[in-house]
Amino acid sequence: MSLLQVENLSIAFGGVKAVDGVSFSVEPGEVFTIVGPNGAGKSTIFNLISRLYEASSGQIIFDGQDITHRPAHDVARLGIARTFQNIELFDHSTVLQNLLIGRHSRRGTHWWEDLLFLPKVRRSEREHRRIVEEVIDFLELAAYRDKLIAGLPYGVRKVVEIARALASQPRLILLDEPASGLSVEETQNMAWWIEDMQKDLGLSVLMVEHDMSLVSRVSDRVLAVAEGKPLALGTAAEVQAHAKVIEAYLGTEAAS
Amino acid sequence: MRVRFKSSYDDDINLFEDRWHLLQFGLLLAAAVVAPWLLGSYYLGELTSVLIWALAGLGLMLITGHTGQVSLGHAAFMAIGAFTNLALMLRGWNFFPALIASALVSGVIGAIIARPILRMSGIYLAIATLALSIIIEDVAIMAAPITGGVSGLFAPTIELFGVQADRYGDPAMFYYLCLALLVLVTLAYLNLLRSPTGRSFLAVRDSEVSARALGVNVARAKTLAFSLSCAITGLAGAMYAHLVQAVNYESFLVLISITLLLQVVIGGLGSIHGAFFGAIVVVMLPQLIAITRDLLNNSFGISMASYPGMDTAVFALIILLMVIYEPRGIYGIWIKVRTWLELFPLYRKGMFRRSRTYLKTERMR
Ligand SMILES: Nc1ncnc2c1ncn2[C@@H]1O[C@H](COP(=O)(O)OP(=O)(O)OP(=O)(O)O)[C@@H](O)[C@H]1O
Ligand SMILES: [Mg+2]
Repeated sequence: MSLLQVENLSIAFGGVKAVDGVSFSVEPGEVFTIVGPNGAGKSTIFNLISRLYEASSGQIIFDGQDITHRPAHDVARLGIARTFQNIELFDHSTVLQNLLIGRHSRRGTHWWEDLLFLPKVRRSEREHRRIVEEVIDFLELAAYRDKLIAGLPYGVRKVVEIARALASQPRLILLDEPASGLSVEETQNMAWWIEDMQKDLGLSVLMVEHDMSLVSRVSDRVLAVAEGKPLALGTAAEVQAHAKVIEAYLGTEAAS
Repeated sequence: MRVRFKSSYDDDINLFEDRWHLLQFGLLLAAAVVAPWLLGSYYLGELTSVLIWALAGLGLMLITGHTGQVSLGHAAFMAIGAFTNLALMLRGWNFFPALIASALVSGVIGAIIARPILRMSGIYLAIATLALSIIIEDVAIMAAPITGGVSGLFAPTIELFGVQADRYGDPAMFYYLCLALLVLVTLAYLNLLRSPTGRSFLAVRDSEVSARALGVNVARAKTLAFSLSCAITGLAGAMYAHLVQAVNYESFLVLISITLLLQVVIGGLGSIHGAFFGAIVVVMLPQLIAITRDLLNNSFGISMASYPGMDTAVFALIILLMVIYEPRGIYGIWIKVRTWLELFPLYRKGMFRRSRTYLKTERMR
């Protein structure tokens, strides 16, 4: 059974059909990439899956459960984590604090227990910290642990955001343009980390990315979308060679 | 230069980083405990006042400094706490149960109001909470059976285990009462900040979308933060009523709400220190200005009496300079001084490149 199944998903903003009848599925342990020109509706698909937007029609099924109308704060607990295209970290906190907030969906204490800091809270804090340290090791962030986000280089922030998502121990991670704005070396590292997430952590990855060399390297399957509509589905090479895809990209280039 | 070596996760979980840190707070507390022997009754009264404003400031800091929701309505919750406490004591309740009731009533009313109000953000939230401050004046007059109407209520004597503890009966006991309450609330506040609840408040402040994607129920977090904030402020209101001995509809005007907000901004948004520093400024600054005025008058023959409103103007000027040159408030200055001392002699200029802090008001969409 597919881990994530998206069926006929649509949403319109005013008159603009940002996503228009998109269907695809992500298998367990798969890296699935969505590509498409600017404004194609890729980030909107992510926002629909993480329930920040309400779908006007269609269905989202995760691990056999219909999450199309679940509140956004339930999604993380079910096992979906994400990053944002324009990095959304908690700027006034340290890397460690950011990752600890990433544990929120796994909290095991109530506010009144927190208020009294019962022994139970201390125990669960140690456990949260242990898992966060595993993520810090995995993504080699130890040097930045106690640094404030506001002072970090862009490339490091992107990694911290992925770390924060991993801290929630998801089964599916959504990466919105993980390599945008990164240097060649950083993009290289990003490719390794995506492969490690898939192979070592056994995660499914749903990714939006423009860098085709990264896409070809890590993706099992690729879906191309344009103007909210699906164009082609297949391996990276198949999709890149697809006539409609070439036309869509040429169209936008000619227009701009 | 001091370097910290951490050896276990508990080093980051504990309230105090290390022995040195604990010692600092121990000394501060010891100083607070011996204060009544060192200070005359006037300055003891002022210090008590600082404690009460610090308590109220902590309340506002929780919702504005740590959850990012501006409130210009907190005087209303001081009023609710004050009237609840006095009304119950006048009906024969003991002080402590009545104090707990103040916190509960303020907290519950806060929670009820929070849902509709905290759906707003920025300037709309500021206006909605401001309206609370204005409404409370009328409510205080209309709810005469509880609030004593226009004439208000007088504070009855506080008796704790047979010992008088009110402001005039035994100022030192009243001071200790305020101190104990403040220490307890501060500890609870610190506990929140080092656990998931407090972190969810910070998350809501810094990025609501992220918070939601990470599993924070934003509406619930805001409601909880507002309710706890109101409960703390209600406690402060009750103690304030006993400090000034009589309250009526004029005791909690909009100006109090504004002063409270200034207090946390000047002190430093998003820090517990800030609530304390701010309280010192709010209580001491008028004194300082008055002393300066007398000094000018007596020593130099410059009479400021001919400029009414001078105090407020100077106060406003200081706030303005503060917001422009040190947006992180007195806490920001404090951090710089402390870092300078700790890193001596390695401190470099420009280590505190200023990163702007935002209130939700500035992020209007
Ligand atoms: N909240 C919103 N309100 C109105 N329109 C929106 C909203 N979110 C997205 N859109 C519109 O939906 C369309 C798709 O946007 P989306 O951000 O999903 O594109 P994208 O494929 O992620 O593009 P990019 O590669 O530039 O990130 C755009 O026309 C955008 O203007
Ligand atoms: Mg996008």
